[in-house]
Amino acid sequence: MTAAPLLELDNLSTHYVSAQGTRIVRAVDEVSLRLNAGETLGIVGESGSGKSTLALTILRVLPPAARIVGGRMLFEGEDLVAKSDAEMRHIRGKRIAMILQDPMASLNPLFTIGDQVAEPIRVHEGERRATAWNRARELLRSVRIPSPETRLTQYPHEMSGGMRQRIVGAIGISCEPRLLIADEPTTSLDLTIQAQYLNLLRDLQQAHGLALIFITHNLGIVAKMCDQLAVMYAGRVVESGPVSRIFNAPAHPYTRALLNSIPRMSDSDQRLVAIDGQPPDLSALPSGCAFAPRCPQALARCRDAAPPPFAPEEGRIARCWLAEPSAVGGDFRVASGAA
Amino acid sequence: MSTPADVIRLPTPTPRFAAIRALRLGDVPMVPLLILGVIALVAVFANQLAPHNPEIGSLTARFKPPFWVTGGSTEYLLGTDQLGRDVLSRLIFGARVSMVVGFTAVIFAGVLGTALGIVSGYLGGWVDQVIMRITDTWLALPALMFAIFLASIVGPSMWNIVIILGLVYWTRYARVIRGEVLSLKEREFVRLAIVAGCSKLTIMRRHILPNVINSAVVLGTLMLGVVIITEATLSFLGVGVPPPQPAWGLMLSDGKQGLMVGYWWLTVFPGGCIVLMVLSANLLGDWLRVKFDPQLRQL
Amino acid sequence: MRQYIIRRVGYCLLSLFLLSVTIFFFVRVTGDPATLLVEPGASEADIAAIHHQFGLDQPLWVQYGLFMWSLAHGDLGQSFYYQTPVMELYLQRLPNSLLLAFVAMALSLVIGVPSGILASVRVGRFWDSFGKLFSLLGLSLPSFLVGLLLILVFSVYLGWLPSSGADGPLNLIMPAFALGWYFAASHMRLTRSSMLDVLGSEYIKLARLKGLPQSLVIAKHAFKNALIPVLTLAGINLVIMVNVAVVVEVVFAWPGIGRLLYEGITFRDFPIVQGVVILGGAMIVIVNLFVDILYAVIDPRIRLES
Repeated sequence: MTAAPLLELDNLSTHYVSAQGTRIVRAVDEVSLRLNAGETLGIVGESGSGKSTLALTILRVLPPAARIVGGRMLFEGEDLVAKSDAEMRHIRGKRIAMILQDPMASLNPLFTIGDQVAEPIRVHEGERRATAWNRARELLRSVRIPSPETRLTQYPHEMSGGMRQRIVGAIGISCEPRLLIADEPTTSLDLTIQAQYLNLLRDLQQAHGLALIFITHNLGIVAKMCDQLAVMYAGRVVESGPVSRIFNAPAHPYTRALLNSIPRMSDSDQRLVAIDGQPPDLSALPSGCAFAPRCPQALARCRDAAPPPFAPEEGRIARCWLAEPSAVGGDFRVASGAA
Repeated sequence: MSTPADVIRLPTPTPRFAAIRALRLGDVPMVPLLILGVIALVAVFANQLAPHNPEIGSLTARFKPPFWVTGGSTEYLLGTDQLGRDVLSRLIFGARVSMVVGFTAVIFAGVLGTALGIVSGYLGGWVDQVIMRITDTWLALPALMFAIFLASIVGPSMWNIVIILGLVYWTRYARVIRGEVLSLKEREFVRLAIVAGCSKLTIMRRHILPNVINSAVVLGTLMLGVVIITEATLSFLGVGVPPPQPAWGLMLSDGKQGLMVGYWWLTVFPGGCIVLMVLSANLLGDWLRVKFDPQLRQL
Repeated sequence: MRQYIIRRVGYCLLSLFLLSVTIFFFVRVTGDPATLLVEPGASEADIAAIHHQFGLDQPLWVQYGLFMWSLAHGDLGQSFYYQTPVMELYLQRLPNSLLLAFVAMALSLVIGVPSGILASVRVGRFWDSFGKLFSLLGLSLPSFLVGLLLILVFSVYLGWLPSSGADGPLNLIMPAFALGWYFAASHMRLTRSSMLDVLGSEYIKLARLKGLPQSLVIAKHAFKNALIPVLTLAGINLVIMVNVAVVVEVVFAWPGIGRLLYEGITFRDFPIVQGVVILGGAMIVIVNLFVDILYAVIDPRIRLES
């Protein structure tokens, strides 16, 4: 039996409520996940699937219209949902850190790099300016920024995109957190820099024993970086488990469709495979399985009732009627060859 | 420990409540609309409503206070001014002035500004540059200064004021409308019209204009308050509507003499009317702005 | 940065040019300018003499040239009433208007900025509603009415404050308040919306994610960024204040350039009117230029752009 997980989400739900209380968007809907220390979890989904909201929920920095309406988030055994704002403040940046997608927008244009990197150190660890400044320099060095000394006194707009993202990474690890959440950190970087950045993240992870949650829509990154994977659709986790197992044998039609839609070098003269239909309107979800309207294997049952999480294998979850153990004689593999 | 703000246990909304909420009526601000409506009615029926002649006073009845103060009488409900003229009647006819000047000037400025904004935005090039430079310069000069300057050249009269206010304020419209036209220009339906061979004039008239009317109207309601205040200011300074015509600003100017001696009604009542009208116009304008497009915040 | 300054100076000059053209144009297009330049009730011969003296019988472009020439020399004509050069009168009264404007501006910032910040941080709750009300009243009450009401309450009924003149600091309170009223509401609105914009930005999100206390997020990260547009507006508003103070100066008999303008209107002293308007406009355009440059100093993004 392994040690207690670092982070455990248990039926977590976050809803956006409109001002009059009329529209409810179930951005995160009964999500359950587990992450052990030092592991990397990839969260994959289309825009609007709820992955970013999930990240914000963990850190409790939701916009005013959003509310956590149920579930627990256990971090090192403590329920984050029950914590007061003051207590969360001590966790943010110090025990759990987050990197955002757009590095230019993430850095305050009016303050120097040094100021912004040293800031969490001064706030969380009470260090004096000089000490914090030194540590900031070392941090910049550890994220492989050349001549860190000069960089400290420069401003964000003087850096390139890749450097800015490294700086944001440096801010993230500055107080030695146990968990780092990266929300699409490479999406706004040039392709050539993406690989470098991912390697950097992996090295940092190994050097500091960090657990990493990687939010992305890019399955290639998942394949390279992640141990575990959670696929989200319409606010729910529709499939989760070890990356290699899922890639080899996806249990949910959506996962299969995602994997199929990655163009391969070998099929140069075949049509690109896309997923039919549009992502669902989260404020008006159909009854039953949210993916049913677009699912090539949809059964009548799928439109009536949303499937509960089934466990097709040890350590895997899939929310699909096709994965129900009794249904297809124990063989959960989704039939290939859609219409 | 009390529940933090971002965590609540939401009861699932019962279908009943959801239905009632969906049926909720519009949120038209009735009070401002009513106030403006009343003022408009008063302006139209001034002749019938006013108890006395607003321009001729009785010298034996000077500086009478409102009827509820000792020394006042019900003959002059809200008192009289320094020439014995009935305040209430002057307020009523003043409403006419405010309404006429206000609406006419706003419409004039609106038409001129929208037209120039469309032309400037759509045609671009040197036409745009010229119009924009003028707009910028005129916008830089405070409206009041400009209006005073023009009024001192042409002399005071109600219609002169309308024209002057129109000339001073069209630039506000032009700026905003031009901005909208610039983004409209890139839209599909405009491109289709060009490809179909429509003349520039036709495009501007049939395709661009209807789409900017909304903003023009919203801007118009917001400008109404500004225009009325400017007119009142001009009248107060003596370059607006000329005496003996009753304008609320002019009444305030007259009332200043009596202020130091405590004749408060000559200031409070005309002032109150101005505030009511401008407040209503502003509230209405705000509501229209939010209703038409919550993104129009920059107006 | 140098490019930026050069461009701004260019715009400034262009605006000044357009301003002079506008004034020149309007004076001539609305009738015979000679009637404005003589005292009312002048004879035919006087008007003809004026035509000759001011070169009004010359072609338009020559007139414009003469006009600009005298402007460049600071010659704005002579006041009939005071029999002194308009420029001299203007410079005499300007310090008073500046004083009034400065105090009014300080007041409007002291009231406007903190209430704007409070309204933005407490969106939807008490301070925000109060802020909205204040903003609405600021827009709906003309400055001279505020002034008159203040006089009614504080001079007539309470007898605490003097209602006219410029003898001492007490004289400054009410006019500054009346003048600053509208701008306080304007600054509050701008501070609030600027703060809201900033508070919704990514770097504020990151600041929160770093675990910084809310007070630090607002006071350090949000405030400085939100302040930029407010200061810009304040700088421009200062000059506008000087120029629209005319009504307040009239109400309180404050001896500034606004009052001068009023005298010009009342006494039909056109050189004064024209002079004050030209100088007022020019002042605004030039101050806009300085504010733009100041902007570059505060915001390092512009400063380091080469």
